[in-house]
Amino acid sequence: MIADIAFYVFAAILLISACMVITARNSVHSVLFLILAFINAAALFVLAGAEFLAMVLVIVYVGAVAVLFLFVVMMLDVDFAALREGFQRYAPLGLTIGFILMVEVGLTVIDWSVASGAHFVRLAPMPAHLSNTAALGDLIYTHYMFAFELVALLLLIAMVGAIVLTHTDRRGPRRQNIETQHERRIDETLTMVTIEFGSGAKRISAQSGKEIG
Amino acid sequence: MQGGFFATDFGILILTLLKSLALIVPLLIGVAYLTYAERKILAAVQLRRGPNVVGPFGLWQPFADAIKMLFKETIIPDGANRFLFLIAPIITFGLAIIAWAVIPVNDHWAIASINVGLLYLFAISSLGVYGVIIAGWASNSKFAFLGAMRSAAQMVSYEVSIGLVILSVLVCTGSLNLNQIVLAQRTIWFAIPLLPMLVVFFISGLAETNRAPFDLPEGESEIVAGFFVEYSAMSFALFFLGEYANMILMSGMTTILFLGGWLSPIPFAPFTWVPGPIWFILKVVLCLFVFLWVRATLPRFRYDQLMQLGWKVFLPFSLAWLVITASALEIFGWLPHA
Repeated sequence: MIADIAFYVFAAILLISACMVITARNSVHSVLFLILAFINAAALFVLAGAEFLAMVLVIVYVGAVAVLFLFVVMMLDVDFAALREGFQRYAPLGLTIGFILMVEVGLTVIDWSVASGAHFVRLAPMPAHLSNTAALGDLIYTHYMFAFELVALLLLIAMVGAIVLTHTDRRGPRRQNIETQHERRIDETLTMVTIEFGSGAKRISAQSGKEIG
Repeated sequence: MQGGFFATDFGILILTLLKSLALIVPLLIGVAYLTYAERKILAAVQLRRGPNVVGPFGLWQPFADAIKMLFKETIIPDGANRFLFLIAPIITFGLAIIAWAVIPVNDHWAIASINVGLLYLFAISSLGVYGVIIAGWASNSKFAFLGAMRSAAQMVSYEVSIGLVILSVLVCTGSLNLNQIVLAQRTIWFAIPLLPMLVVFFISGLAETNRAPFDLPEGESEIVAGFFVEYSAMSFALFFLGEYANMILMSGMTTILFLGGWLSPIPFAPFTWVPGPIWFILKVVLCLFVFLWVRATLPRFRYDQLMQLGWKVFLPFSLAWLVITASALEIFGWLPHA
C-alpha cells in the first residue's frame, strides 16, 4: 500500500518537473527541475527493484553530468527577453517537427512486434539467487564482455578526441614545478657572507660565494 | 517484534521513524559538540583556553550558540532568489543526515541495510555540491558565486579519486552492502593492506567537505566567506552545522571502509565485551580529531595546487593502486565470490 502511494507521488513529481524543465523561464530553474526529475526517476527505479540502476542514475547524471551542466548554465549570461522574441515566428516550425516525431513514434508502436525469444527473458527478469548488481555485472562482464569493452574503447577515443581538440599549449604565466622546488637545497640558493663594516653589500655569485661586482 | 503491530505497513513506518529518531538525536548532539570540540582543540593547539564561560568547562556553549542563532534575523538579500536561497542550506544539512540511513553502527544495526549501500553513500556525497552551488547562485552576489564555482570544481575533481578508492575496497569485499564490508574486515582491517588508499580517501574527504586545508570555497582572505557570505541566522547555522555533519559522515565512511566499523581493534575477551557502537563512536572520534588537527596545522592550499593534487597525483595513484589490488587478489586467489 505504502509502495503504491510512493509510486504515485514520485511519478507525479517526475512528470510535473519534466514539464517544468521545458516551460521554466529561467534556464537555471530548468536544470534544477531536470535534477529533480532524475532523482524521482531514481526513486521509481528503486520501487521497481532496480536499485543499482537507481544509484548509477543519481551518481552519473545528478552527481556529475548535471553539476557541469548547471555550472555552464549559471555562467551563461542569457537575455531572456531576446529569447522570447522569436517565439511566434519559430512556433509553427517547432510544432511541425514535434508532430512529425509524434506520428513516427505512433507508427513504430503500431508496428511493434516482440522477438520470439524475448517472451522467456521477460518471464524471469531477475535471477533469484543473485543480487541486482551481481546479475548486471554477470551479464556485462561475462556474456557481453566484448561488446562492453568495445563501447568503453569508443568512449575513450571520444574523450581523447575532446582533449586533443581543446588542448592548447599555453605560454602564459610561469608554472609551478613542485619537484624542482623540492629538489632545491640550501647550499644552491643561500650563501653566508660577512660584510665589512662600512663597505656595503655587493652582488655575490650564488655558486661560488665570491663577489661579482 | 515478531508479527503484531510492527509487521503491518503502518507499524513498519512507525518503527522506521523511531529508528531514525534514535539515530538522528545522538547525531545532532554529536554535531553540536563537534563545534565545541573544534574550538577547544584549536584553542589547545594555539595555547589558548577556548570556550570556558558558559557552564562547566564551557560545555553549554553549543546550546548558547544555537539559541543566539535562533533569535537572530534572517536577512534575504535584495535580488536573491528567495526559494532557492532558503532551500540551499536545507539541502546541505539534509543530505548530511540522510546518508546515515545505511551506516551500520553495529552488526545489522542500520536503518536500511541495502544491497547497494556503498553506492548510496557515494551518490549522497556527490549530491552535496548542490547545496553549495544553489546557495552561491541564489545569493546573487559575486563572492558567493565565486565560492560556489570553486566548490563545484573541487568536489567534482575529488569525487573521482573517492570513487576509485571505494572500488578498491569493493574488489576486496565483493559486496556493496556496508554490513558485509565491515564483516569482511574481521581478520584484518583494510587500513593495513590498503593504507595508501586510506590516506587518499581521507585527504579527498577533506576536499569533499570543504575543510582546511582545502577550504577555498569559503577562503575568507579572498572571497570573504565564499558561498554563504549572504547567509545569516538559522540559514547560516544550517550551513555551519551541515559542514560538521558532513565531517562526521566522512569519518563514519572512513571507519566503515578502512577501520573495521564496530569491530573491536583487539580481538580477545575484555575488549570484545565492549559493545560495537562504542568502538564505532571511538573510531569516528579519532577520525574527527585528525580533521581538526589538520585544520590547526596546515595552511590553505592555493587553487592550482589543489587541482594539481587532485588530478595529477591522486587520480593516477588511486587508479594504479586499484589495478595493483585487483591483480594481487587475482594472483593469490583471494578474490571474493559473491
